[in-house]
Amino acid sequence: MSTKEKTWWYVGGVAIIIYALFPVAWIVSLSFKAPSDIANKGFLPTSPTGENYSTILTGTASDLFLPALRNSFGICLIATFISCVLSMFAAYAIARLDFPGKKLILGTALGVAIFPVISIVTPLFNLWRQIGLYDTWLGLIIPYLSLTLPISIWTMSAFFREIPWEMEQAAQVDGATTWQAFRKVIVPLAAPGVFTTAIIAFFIAWNDFAYGISLTSTSVARPVPAALGLFSGASQFEDPTGAIAAAAVIVTIPVVALVLLFQRRIVAGLTNGAVKG
Amino acid sequence: MASIEMRNIVKQYGDGFPAVNDVSLDIADGEFMILVGPSGCGKSTLLRMIVGLEDISSGDMVIGGKRVNDLAPRERNLSMVFQNYALYPHLTVFENIAFPLRLSKTDDAEVRRRVTEAADVLELHEHLERKPANLSGGQRQRVAMGRAIVRHAEAFLFDEPLSNLDAKLRGQMRTEISRLQRRLGITTVYVTHDQTEAMTLGDRVCVLRKGKIQQVASPRELYEQPVNLFVAGFIGSPPMNFLPARPEGNRLTTPFGPVELDQKRAAAVAGRDLLLVGIRPEYFEDASLVDEAKRPLGTLFRARVDVTEWLGDQQYAYIPYEAPAEITSQLRDLSRELDSEELRTQAIVSIDSTSRIREGREAEFWLDTRKVHVFDPTTGENLTRDAEAGARLTQMAEEDRAEQVQEAQAGMQGRHAGAA
Repeated sequence: MSTKEKTWWYVGGVAIIIYALFPVAWIVSLSFKAPSDIANKGFLPTSPTGENYSTILTGTASDLFLPALRNSFGICLIATFISCVLSMFAAYAIARLDFPGKKLILGTALGVAIFPVISIVTPLFNLWRQIGLYDTWLGLIIPYLSLTLPISIWTMSAFFREIPWEMEQAAQVDGATTWQAFRKVIVPLAAPGVFTTAIIAFFIAWNDFAYGISLTSTSVARPVPAALGLFSGASQFEDPTGAIAAAAVIVTIPVVALVLLFQRRIVAGLTNGAVKG
Repeated sequence: MASIEMRNIVKQYGDGFPAVNDVSLDIADGEFMILVGPSGCGKSTLLRMIVGLEDISSGDMVIGGKRVNDLAPRERNLSMVFQNYALYPHLTVFENIAFPLRLSKTDDAEVRRRVTEAADVLELHEHLERKPANLSGGQRQRVAMGRAIVRHAEAFLFDEPLSNLDAKLRGQMRTEISRLQRRLGITTVYVTHDQTEAMTLGDRVCVLRKGKIQQVASPRELYEQPVNLFVAGFIGSPPMNFLPARPEGNRLTTPFGPVELDQKRAAAVAGRDLLLVGIRPEYFEDASLVDEAKRPLGTLFRARVDVTEWLGDQQYAYIPYEAPAEITSQLRDLSRELDSEELRTQAIVSIDSTSRIREGREAEFWLDTRKVHVFDPTTGENLTRDAEAGARLTQMAEEDRAEQVQEAQAGMQGRHAGAA
C-alpha cells in the first residue's frame, strides 16, 4: 500500500468513527448536564453533574429503572440461552443431515425473521392476557425467541458447515458416540460461532421496544427500553432528557462490555490447524 | 489384530450408481493391503465401508470373524488416518493422541504411559504440549498416526495419508509407515492413487476400476503379469506403451517392426486380427549400447525421436507412431480413465543416460521381446499372462514379508530386553 493510499484509509476510518460515535458522545455529554443546562447550546455541559445518574439509580426514577434493568437482564439472558441451545441443535441438523424439509425450515426461519413485529403485537397482547402470560417474564421470553431463533439458526448453521466432516468421523472412529463427538469435538470447535450467535441474539432481545412496551404493564416484567419511555421530568414542564440519556448510557455499557469481552473469541479462527495448513 | 474379509460388497448411492460393485477381498491378519485406482474408482468408499462411515448396500463385511455390517464405527475397533489428518484443533498433541483412550475411560496413568509410548515411536516428545495449528505438515501427519496406534485396534486404515505432504517428506513418511507396520504387525488397508506408495508399501495391491476389482496381487506380479490393459497401463511410471499389432505366424507386425513371440505366447494370440502389444519403457534400449550377448534376445528397429528427456540417472525418448483409428480412440479412452490425457500416439522409451540419441533424428533402438504382453484391444484382456509365474511372484513376496515381520518384531523384543 502506498503512503497516499494509507492516508486515505486513515481519513476514511476516522470519518466513519466520528459518524458512528458522535451520537454516543452526545448522549454521554447530555447525561452529565443538569436539567437547566440542557439547552446551553454547547456540546459539553457547563458544569458536569452526576445528578441524572443519581436520579435513576437512587432517586425518584429508580423505582422505574432498577426493576426494569433487572427484568431486561433476566429476560434477555434466558432468551439468549434458550435460543442458543435450540439453534445449536437445529443448526447442527441442518448442516449435517440430509432430511426432507430442510429448505423449508430455513425458509420459514427467514420468513419469521423478516415478519414485522408490530403486526403480531396486538394479537399477542390479546392472547397473552387470556392465557395469563401478560406482564410476565415468560410472556416476553417467548416472543424474544421468535426474534432471536431464526437469526441464530442461520448464523450457527453457517459456522457448523465450516467444521470439516472428518473431525466428527475421526471422533466416531476413535470410539465416540454421536453425542460424544458432538460434545467433545463439534461444540468446542463451534464455540466462536456460539459466542457470536449469543451476542447477536442478546442484542436483538436487549434492544426490543415494541414487545416490551405492549406486553407489560408493571415493573414485574417491564424491560429497560420500555421503562425509558415512561420516565417523567421533575415537573410536567420539564423533559426527563437528562435522565433518559443517563439510562441510555447505562444500558449501552453491557453491550459494549460484551463485545469487548468476546471479540477475541469471535475473531479467533479456532478451526485453524484442524486440517492441512 | 484381525483379518478383514469382504464378500460381494456393493455400495449403491441414491441414484442407483454403484460406487463399489461386487467386491470380494480377503485381507490376511497382519497384511499390508493397498487399494489403488484412478479417482472415482471407489477405493475411498470401500475403505469407509470397512471403518463404518459408509453404509453397505449389500454383501458381508467380516472383521476378525465377526460380521460388522450393522456395527457403528466405534464398535469396530479400527483406527483410521484421514487424508487431511482431522486433528482436533482445540486439544494439545498429547490430548489428541489420548483422545481414543479418554473415550474408553482409561485411567490417567495408563493414558500417560501409552501416549508416551506412541510419542516415542513417532518422535513427538517435544511437541506433546503444542496445538496442532503450530505444527508442520509432517508433524501433524505423525500426530494423526499417533492417534491411530495408541489404541490396540484390530486394523489400521489409511486414506491417502501422504497426499498433502511435499515430495521429500512423503518419501520419509512412506518408509516410516512401512517400518511401523512391520514392527506392529497389524493388518493395514491403505488407499492411495500414488504409484510409488502402492508399489513400495503393499504386500498385496488391489487395483480398482469403476468400483470393480481388476487384480489383487503383489506389486511384482501386477507389474510383470498384469491381468488386463487397465492394470498394465495403471501400474508403472512412465506407463506401458501399447502398440497396434497384427499377428503373422509367430511374429507380430508393429509400427516398430516385427516382434518375435515364443511358442506359448504365439499360440495364445493365434487367430486374431488386430492386437495391442504392451511394452514397458525399459524393454527398449539404444541399440548401440546393447551387449552383443543380449542382442539376439530382441529385435532392432529404426525410428525418428521426437523429444528426449535427460534426467541424470536415466533418459526417456518419445517416439511417435501411426495407429489405426479404432486403436487410437481405444487408447485415448484408456488414458482418460487413468487420469491422464494422451494427445498423440507415441511410445515412451527408456534409454541409457549416456546415450547420445538426438531429438528430431532417426536412431536405432533395440527391443527386448521376452517380456512383452499382448492384449485383446476390445476386451482389454491380457492374452499372454502367465498366471503361474504371477502366483510365484506373489508367493515369493509373501515369504519375504513373513521374514521381515519376524525380523522387525525380534528386533523390537531385542531392544526391549536391552532396555530391561
